[in-house]
Amino acid sequence: MTKEYKTINEIKGPLLFVEKTEPVGFSELVEIRTEKGEVKRGQVLDTSNEVVVVQVFEGTGGLGKESSVKFTGDVIKMPLSPDIIGRVLSGSGQPKDGGPPIVPDVEREIAGAAINPAAREKPRAFIQTGISTIDGTNTLVRGQKLPIFSGAGLPHNDVALQIARQAKALGEAESFAVVFCAMGITNEEAQHFMADFERTGALERAVIFLNLADDPAVERLLTPRLGLTTAEYLAFDLDMHVLVIYTDMTNYCEAMRQMGAAREEVPGRRGYPGYMYTDLAIQYERAGIITGKKGSITQFPILTMPGDDITHPIPDLSGYITEGQLIVSRELHRKGIYPPIDIRPSLSRLMNSGIGAGHTREDHRAVSDQLYAYYAEGCDLRGLVAIVGKEALSERDRLVLEFADAFEQKFVNQGRDEDRSIFDTLDIGWNLLQALPETMLTRIDDHLIKKYHPRYRKKE
Amino acid sequence: MEVGTGKVHRVAGPVVQATGLKSHMYDLVLVGEEGLMSEVIGISGDKHVIQVYEDTAGVKPGEPVKETGAPLVAQLGPGILTSIYDGIQRPLPQLIEASGNFISRGLFVDGIDHKKKWEFTPVVKKGDKVEPGQTIGTVQEQLLIKHKIMMPPDKRGTIKEIHSGNFTVEDTICVLEDGTELPMIQYWPVRKARPSRIKQAPTIPLRTGQRVIDGFFSLAKGGTAAIPGGFGTGKTVMQQTLSKWSDVDIVVYVGCGERGNEMADLLHEFPELVDPRTDRPLMERSIVFANTSNMPVAAREASIYTGITTAEYYRDMGYDVMLTADSTSRWAEAMRELSSRLEEMPGEEGYPAYLGARLADFYERSGRVTTLEGTEGSISIVGAVSPPGGDFTEPVTQNTLRITKVFWALDSKLTQRRHFPSINWLDSYSLYDLALEPWFMENVSPDWNKNKRRAMEILQENAELEEIVMLVGSDALPEDQQLTLEVARMIINFWLAQSAFHPVDTFCPYKKQFDLLKAILEFRDRAFDALARGVPTDVILGTPSKDALAKVRLVEDYEPELARVAAQMESEFKTMS
Repeated sequence: MTKEYKTINEIKGPLLFVEKTEPVGFSELVEIRTEKGEVKRGQVLDTSNEVVVVQVFEGTGGLGKESSVKFTGDVIKMPLSPDIIGRVLSGSGQPKDGGPPIVPDVEREIAGAAINPAAREKPRAFIQTGISTIDGTNTLVRGQKLPIFSGAGLPHNDVALQIARQAKALGEAESFAVVFCAMGITNEEAQHFMADFERTGALERAVIFLNLADDPAVERLLTPRLGLTTAEYLAFDLDMHVLVIYTDMTNYCEAMRQMGAAREEVPGRRGYPGYMYTDLAIQYERAGIITGKKGSITQFPILTMPGDDITHPIPDLSGYITEGQLIVSRELHRKGIYPPIDIRPSLSRLMNSGIGAGHTREDHRAVSDQLYAYYAEGCDLRGLVAIVGKEALSERDRLVLEFADAFEQKFVNQGRDEDRSIFDTLDIGWNLLQALPETMLTRIDDHLIKKYHPRYRKKE
Repeated sequence: MEVGTGKVHRVAGPVVQATGLKSHMYDLVLVGEEGLMSEVIGISGDKHVIQVYEDTAGVKPGEPVKETGAPLVAQLGPGILTSIYDGIQRPLPQLIEASGNFISRGLFVDGIDHKKKWEFTPVVKKGDKVEPGQTIGTVQEQLLIKHKIMMPPDKRGTIKEIHSGNFTVEDTICVLEDGTELPMIQYWPVRKARPSRIKQAPTIPLRTGQRVIDGFFSLAKGGTAAIPGGFGTGKTVMQQTLSKWSDVDIVVYVGCGERGNEMADLLHEFPELVDPRTDRPLMERSIVFANTSNMPVAAREASIYTGITTAEYYRDMGYDVMLTADSTSRWAEAMRELSSRLEEMPGEEGYPAYLGARLADFYERSGRVTTLEGTEGSISIVGAVSPPGGDFTEPVTQNTLRITKVFWALDSKLTQRRHFPSINWLDSYSLYDLALEPWFMENVSPDWNKNKRRAMEILQENAELEEIVMLVGSDALPEDQQLTLEVARMIINFWLAQSAFHPVDTFCPYKKQFDLLKAILEFRDRAFDALARGVPTDVILGTPSKDALAKVRLVEDYEPELARVAAQMESEFKTMS
């Protein structure tokens, strides 16, 4: 039998210091009972013969020296069964939709062991999101983790929802699920997501974890782990293709910083703990495909960059782990362009393996490169125009400048429910490139120009 | 030393304190009931501070800590090539057999197969005196790689017995007069550099087939290079291209804290790659260490050392080895993370004060050397650093730049324009420039350096002109400067840019590099001649041969095509007015 202890010596922020215990395992799950009988859960952070440090998930409010502590002898596990699909759970995995507790088929440790890199399958299946700036120039593939870097007040949630709604593989119908983890988002935002899930019927194939802004911050550290453990179950046990959307990673990292401060750790950059990179990596790396398994996990973490600063530790470290990033731009948003994804700093590192002949179309890479090159150049020219005026530009520069404007209006800009096929996207690209003389298309091989350039196609 | 057992006293993440141990610093110990691989990293009073290479969840105070009496060693012998290891030399495919798709804890797997038999052919005989590092026999490890079985660097003597035939790595193949029995396998502590006789001067270039590198910022064999770059600067593609195309015998790739999917890509792609020189799979001469960012942080810290130790072992056989470390920043972060768990006094930005010393130790293990046996081998290191926020003033980048001699400044602006390799030609440098000049003049062309400098000057002038253009627009420039801008654009787009994904363009031999650049410079000379004759710039810039020149690099057998373009260029300029 597990013993209960009443030897709490100190309570500081979310931490309990318990003395004179039998040996307690690191990371063990802890149950704490207040004098009033309320039960809270926690986890062992530091264990030694003298003192055990416990981090309490539901906050230490109501705890006192008389509260009793029970070490369960087991690490935290997530109960899982196929019935979990369609459920709404709290940030610590308790039912929040009024439904019954989950009767588990299996229980899985939420810490998540690392996938053996040699057991991973290379992601290469193209996912069509119906958004040109993603499909055309920052292509997403199955098993990828592609975060959306955004700022306060930008429509990143709409973009994420549109992706969740439209994402599909070309020409296949396969079982597909969404795991949605909300961390510290406002009630209003949560409702926005829920309403959209209900409107589109996505709720029936989703598992939702909600940790809202007024829920304890420590619980946030648990939420993505629960969500990803669920995703792994759906993908690798039930052969589903799982899309994991979690928002907002910034809140998760803030919670980590809060815990670090409470534990009096030596802080790293901007007060975030030194192990933040490893911690983020453990979450993000739970995306991918395993050789011989049918399912996959694709991640869409959303994070708001404090002060739109991409060098802030959270986006910076995230960018090192994830396979690219989509940047939501305030400038484009102000111009009224939706989705305001700025393709210049955006990147999909796995794009090359998912495009081209056999995946999308043979001209994809070349068209994308050419669009990128002239859009980037056109944007640079805008700075010049602001100083010298359009008249001072050479003919070539004027064309490039006009190209950049048209690109934003026709390629980037699209409707919130507009689901463009990849072929539409590429053709829009070609139509824009048509405005430039053919000699300027230096990044496209001649035979592709002959085959896809609208000028030649019309002749046929 | 007597091998004893102690007890766990405290567990906090990957750092464990234990009592009752006699182990020395950096000795390997096995923690807990599961026997988790760990290393002693501090001794204080009666407590040993231990860094555990695996997740410590569930480890309790009072659990046993078993000593091994030896530091973390690499297993060196036939069978290393083609392996894919984690940071502590456990082969990943064997870990799948042992624990499935996810890596579980407390697994011990030998770095090389101890059961496989290799055909050993002695090259010394009974009565021969053998010195440290001397080859006593060979094993054909791969079709094209002969594995030399050498005397351990600390052993000498006279051969009493030597066998030939099929043996496992553990079987005794040789006995010395003093009774020492030698198997093929050697164990070497990873944190200690393997000795060599003399370190040679860097006078031979390492051919990479990348124009911007070979042509402008070349690396010497045995040299060190740094690739800094924020995320999204094309660093990883660059490093993988280097592994594929450099003219070295052995490639060691240390993926240190990298992405799982990227490692998967590498692990799937490598076996499929064919070595352009031999038509054999590239994997036959490669060793991969893959410690992804979510694998235990302590193993990440060790991976760099394990990697360089295996590289040194092949260097000692007289091979040219290239080690790419991606990324040393992740390695430094592992050091920082462990240091903070040890509650050490932090130095700059929380990194430990010994950061610079550790980086220097690592890079100093590179070099073209005369081995103990008197042959020549080399290790070239290409280390990636990932400065947070692209800030080059941060400690890891700064400490690295103090040590490495070549700097390939990857530029995210170039990536955004899809200019690859995204090496900024103004900020990069190679300190091997002068040392390598004689080699290029002798082996490629006497004009190599002259053309290189001319091209650099044009790019430099271009950078200055672009600043003016930013203010006044290109139309306001005099005609000769407009021409310079266009020539610079040609160098940038036709020569510096190189597609890693184009079957032909991905590798460019020295001769082709030289010829292409020469053709661009010829265009420049003709253009300025024409300008002097009074031909307007827009006529000069409108020449079709200029655009034809752009595509020559994509042609495999480029020489006839280049000759055709050159002839076309000549006739066009002749008739121009």
